[in-house]
Amino acid sequence: MNREIVLNSAYIVASILFILGLKMLGRQSSARSGNLISGLGMLIAIVATLLDHHVVNFTWIIVGLAVGTVLGLACAYLVKMTAMPEMVALLNGFGGLASLIVGAAEFFRIQNGTVAPEHGTFTATVIYLTILIGGVTFTGSVYAFCKLAEWLSGKPILFRGQHIVNGLVLAGTVVAGIAYVMSGDSGVQVAAVAAFTLGALVLGWTLVMPIGGGDMPVVISMLNSLSGVAACAAGFVIGNNVLVVAGCLVGTSGVILTAIMCKAMNRSLANVLFSGFGAAPAAAAATAGEGAITGELKPISAEDSFAVLEAARSVVIIPGYGMAVSQAQHVVRELAEMLERNGAEVRFAIHPVAGRMPGHMNVLLAEANVPYEQLVEMDAINPLMPATDVAVVIGANDVVNPAAARDKASPIYGMPIINAHEARTVICLKRGKGTGFSGLENQLFLLPNTRMLYGDAKASLQGVVAEFKSLAGAA
Amino acid sequence: MELILLFFIFTLAGFLGFELIAKVPSQLHTPLMSGSNAISGITIVGAIIAAGADDGSWITTVLGTTAVTLAMVNVVGGYFVTDRMLGMFRKKDAPAKKEGGAS
Repeated sequence: MNREIVLNSAYIVASILFILGLKMLGRQSSARSGNLISGLGMLIAIVATLLDHHVVNFTWIIVGLAVGTVLGLACAYLVKMTAMPEMVALLNGFGGLASLIVGAAEFFRIQNGTVAPEHGTFTATVIYLTILIGGVTFTGSVYAFCKLAEWLSGKPILFRGQHIVNGLVLAGTVVAGIAYVMSGDSGVQVAAVAAFTLGALVLGWTLVMPIGGGDMPVVISMLNSLSGVAACAAGFVIGNNVLVVAGCLVGTSGVILTAIMCKAMNRSLANVLFSGFGAAPAAAAATAGEGAITGELKPISAEDSFAVLEAARSVVIIPGYGMAVSQAQHVVRELAEMLERNGAEVRFAIHPVAGRMPGHMNVLLAEANVPYEQLVEMDAINPLMPATDVAVVIGANDVVNPAAARDKASPIYGMPIINAHEARTVICLKRGKGTGFSGLENQLFLLPNTRMLYGDAKASLQGVVAEFKSLAGAA
Repeated sequence: MELILLFFIFTLAGFLGFELIAKVPSQLHTPLMSGSNAISGITIVGAIIAAGADDGSWITTVLGTTAVTLAMVNVVGGYFVTDRMLGMFRKKDAPAKKEGGAS
């Protein structure tokens, strides 16, 4: 009895530390200590569980903890910052799979008769939910990982009747789940559990399949939420309060992040998940709607870009996924420093869904030592855009497309954008003449004050920086 | 643990979660995500119980050990990568070059 009190007190302390940690993670000044505090909570929860009287054999636990620690540290310190989106996706997947296995292990313990749940039907139901959510989280995250790491194509994959297939798989897991919960026969139960486990794994894969690279910020935050929900469901399976609290906190925070991402694209979650957005070049792109801009693309050389930037007093740099692809963040910072030395005011405008995960650009620029005061959010930078001399768009596309504000026929109409087009001059760095993720021709590129600097972003910027250096050398 | 109490905790934690995260600068979206991802590794508690309960069945031991390993990767990887990321977010005149040898 005493032990039980100690154990639960430790779980309460752990829950408090998780809550404080999450709260502190929301503020710049306290974020790092918040993470440490939440880590301390985890440590307390783990140590307390080792003292649980149900735990009698430590050999395999120690093996698991040791192997997991080594692999986790390797992940944390060897991964490059540019590979952060796929890293987060993979860790998510591991969490989901772990919850699935906890559910499955409890199922086998009930089968063996080592555990006799007080509320049999309820426990069976939550075992089903744990395995379903954990399975979807696992394969969904692995698929997202493969897309982000470019092991598989990042393009949305659609096939005829996709929604029907997904619906049937989901219905199948529900039927198997009901069979498991209702049946008293252990043979039927094993078969049903095997069936819905398999169904959940298939479902995770096919759900992420039609979602394209540009929508990955939504998918990653949603999977993050699901991994929390899976842990929460596992908490109901084994009747453990700290799992319920922590899982629920992660689940809701993930929901909020998902909602923020959807709002930043002016699309509903259902639209992101099911529409296969970006799969086909949108028809509206060809037949430009009312208010569309016509014109032609005007290329610019690195030398001329230098001349424009050299004269500029205020510069706003708008990074996008292209900056991550060409790993241009360090040379971007170098350019920003040179512009500042030249007397210009330099800011970075960050769109909430730029890149492949929430906050992707912030992480990359932080890695390149850009101070965070220079990173400005979309709502704060837009009023300043008309007074900006030069906007430099680095591998961003849809998030600066003025069609989102003006062209009602555009599929991205209504999406909040960074108003790059209001700057006096816009320089767009772009690899080629292709369209962005949405498959749309960007009307920003056609504006009279826009110049296109073609080529790899890193190489182009190095060209501009070299011009600045030669000037400094000459002076 | 009484079932109804678990639901009680669940409901309160849900509302608390919404209140806690309602306003986060986009600057912190990635660390918040990876940090909360590490918390979802709490499932390790269930994994430890499954792996350590010596009930004579090799299935639960194998499953439990696998779950402990996976959850530990989630926990350790999540916390340390978040710390590494947050260590890079610095103010303009903060001491530069303090990356802990990473990257």
